[in-house]
Amino acid sequence: MSLWKQHSKLERHSLLLIVGILLVVSIGGLVEIAPLFWLQSTIEKVQGMRPYTPLELAGRDIYVREGCYLCHSQMVRPLRDEVERYGHYSLAAESMYDHPFQWGSKRTGPDLARVGGKYSDTWHRDHLIDPRSVVPESVMPPYKFLAEKDLDYSDIVDRLKTQHTVGVPYTADEIANAKKDLEAQADPFSTDAVGLRARYGAKVVNRDFDGDPNKISEMDALVAYLQMLGTLVDFKSYKAQAPENQR
Amino acid sequence: MSAPSNTSAGPPAGSSLLLIISVIGAFLAILGAGLTHDPIFRLQAGTLALAGVIAAFVLNGGLAGGTLRDHPDQYSDNVIKAGVIATMFWAAAGLLVGVIIAAQLAWPRIFYFPEFGFLNFGRLRPLHTSAVIFAFGGNALIATSFWVVQRTCKARLAGGIAPWFVFWGYQLFIVMAATGYLMGATQGKEYAEPEWYTDLWLTIVWVAYLLVFLGTIWKRKEPHIYVANWFYLAFIVTIALLHLVNNAAVPVGLLNHKSYGVMSGVQDALTQWWYGHNAVGFFLTAGFLAMMYYFVPKRVERPVYSYRLSIVHFWALIFIYIWAGPHHLHYTALPQWAQTLGMTFSIMLWMPSWGGMINGLMTLSGAWDKLRTDPVLRMLVVSVAFYGMSTFEGPVMSIRAVNALSHYTDWTIGHVHSGALGWVGFISFGAVYCLVPWLWKKPGLYSNKMVEWHFWIATTGILLYIAAMWVSGIMEGLMWREYTPQGFLAYSFIETVSAKHIENIIRTVGGLMYLAGALIMIVNLWKTISTPSAELADAPAAPATAIA
Repeated sequence: MSLWKQHSKLERHSLLLIVGILLVVSIGGLVEIAPLFWLQSTIEKVQGMRPYTPLELAGRDIYVREGCYLCHSQMVRPLRDEVERYGHYSLAAESMYDHPFQWGSKRTGPDLARVGGKYSDTWHRDHLIDPRSVVPESVMPPYKFLAEKDLDYSDIVDRLKTQHTVGVPYTADEIANAKKDLEAQADPFSTDAVGLRARYGAKVVNRDFDGDPNKISEMDALVAYLQMLGTLVDFKSYKAQAPENQR
Repeated sequence: MSAPSNTSAGPPAGSSLLLIISVIGAFLAILGAGLTHDPIFRLQAGTLALAGVIAAFVLNGGLAGGTLRDHPDQYSDNVIKAGVIATMFWAAAGLLVGVIIAAQLAWPRIFYFPEFGFLNFGRLRPLHTSAVIFAFGGNALIATSFWVVQRTCKARLAGGIAPWFVFWGYQLFIVMAATGYLMGATQGKEYAEPEWYTDLWLTIVWVAYLLVFLGTIWKRKEPHIYVANWFYLAFIVTIALLHLVNNAAVPVGLLNHKSYGVMSGVQDALTQWWYGHNAVGFFLTAGFLAMMYYFVPKRVERPVYSYRLSIVHFWALIFIYIWAGPHHLHYTALPQWAQTLGMTFSIMLWMPSWGGMINGLMTLSGAWDKLRTDPVLRMLVVSVAFYGMSTFEGPVMSIRAVNALSHYTDWTIGHVHSGALGWVGFISFGAVYCLVPWLWKKPGLYSNKMVEWHFWIATTGILLYIAAMWVSGIMEGLMWREYTPQGFLAYSFIETVSAKHIENIIRTVGGLMYLAGALIMIVNLWKTISTPSAELADAPAAPATAIA
């Protein structure tokens, strides 16, 4: 009985009511989200993860801009059919440099977490320009304009700097050479590719992703991003059953 | 209508200040547009500048001409009228975009245009979700909250010109967000797509909204704050909290549209779905429950069924909802303890949800006959029934084993639309059907028959939509995991896409019917407003029909 009477205090004092609301709605978020920042086990220890190269980052920004995540997930669940269809289930470590995360919530199209290396650059280009020319039943929109549009990378240094600000471990060397690295990766004959590989690893390939040697297009950047998706982690050295990877 | 009052006390408080802010804002925006090298930023700043210039001209004209006057002895109803019009405008716009993107998935060869990349699904889909949730739903919430808080507190809206600032500021937010999406300005987080400067603008508008709402409560002549206002308050406060945390980002430059969120990967994912699910919980549920707690009792002329149930309903709902986010991340790289917590609370959420539904439905005790004669009340009640249905379906889908099948499929889309079209849409339509005759001082609606048509066409549309999505969602989920007797995956991915063609068409038809219903409503409301009261009075008012 008395509890109901107590409640009338809240009904008479708007600020008390607001404080009550704020307290009640804060608990759930604090209990669930806050530990993810300090529990060491949240992100697995893996070999091979690195920040995106400038060209890949530019491609990822296009992926975000075009809303690809609205139809494509980047999160393979540990279910038999998914692992067989897409590859090893996704690890938290694989998206630790992703601002924002692009796990997605819908598969109108297939998962893309491990699409890297599965198709040729030419296939990607043809498919993006006119999806139904290679997959007749596809419902994907056409992205012809990506091949026609020059990539605007005038602010690529600022983008890397901002990524560094929010926690991606880009080195001063990587930030300073962002423009050069971006151009090097899109040019199969670049002499700067040595520096690119020194900074981002030996696996980074410089080539003409869109098949058009005359310019660095948005298509170059997007295909470069798609071709590296899910290829970084060295699963030979990853021990899923090791205690430090148990969550 | 609001005839010029003799006690008019000059322009509303803050008008001159707002004029100065508009001029300064326009100046800064023009400066930004001129200095930037980023074409998207230039267009967005240009939009802001245009809005500032228009606001300055209108305010200056109103102040100089003496037409901008305060009426402290009356309720502020003009801003609600504007809100009702905006609600219906954005409803039509948002539903139309929904029909277009549904048609794109049904007939990709016809509804995609290679030369117009900005009309691709990926850019229109945020436009659709933002237009229906934030533009249609948001305007319905702001307009109804302004009505409810004034009537239940017996006080005029606080803040002088501030309610108008909230209204137009919110429309500017919508325009900035929507045009931004078309140009490709997006943070890439579902339902939180607007970029940093649009988010900042919304923050300012939202604080003003909270202050107007609270200020009105402070002026109240009733000692108790009515239950609907608790829900509105929880909605406003919690949305502010969610918005600020989930949109924390660092812009690439002060003259650059692009920003990167401060969180990444798994933390970003859980924060996003903490936000995303509570956009559902507090924007699309708490706010609209406030509508239920005012408009249902008002329409049936009965008190709320149980006062105590409403207290339990309120606190249980807001406490439990906030935990439910992780059910969007089952079987992902999110640690399993967080998934389990999310699932547990999602199932618990069923109880307060149905408590609220029961409280709404049982308010009709002793007045159930009105369902036969009053199509507006029927719309309100069916919306509560849809609320009950989708808040049962939600907990079911949050169970990890069920989610393994339903996640990533059309089932989720169907679930969302049973809540959005059935619950949010219908309760808003019902509230607007109530409000228009009240606001424009009419004896009733132009045509109850048209409300009947609206109700039945829209209800059939919803059922077609959600049934189609159940079929296609469960079908594709089963096909993805189907194995041949030899132990190979039975279907390639593209086979599961083409299998959904018929369902995609049915979904488009369902959406089109829902849109048609809304258009019928707009005609009906237009006729109600434009027809002289004397002629409307001849039409039999629905609740008056006597039933044995």
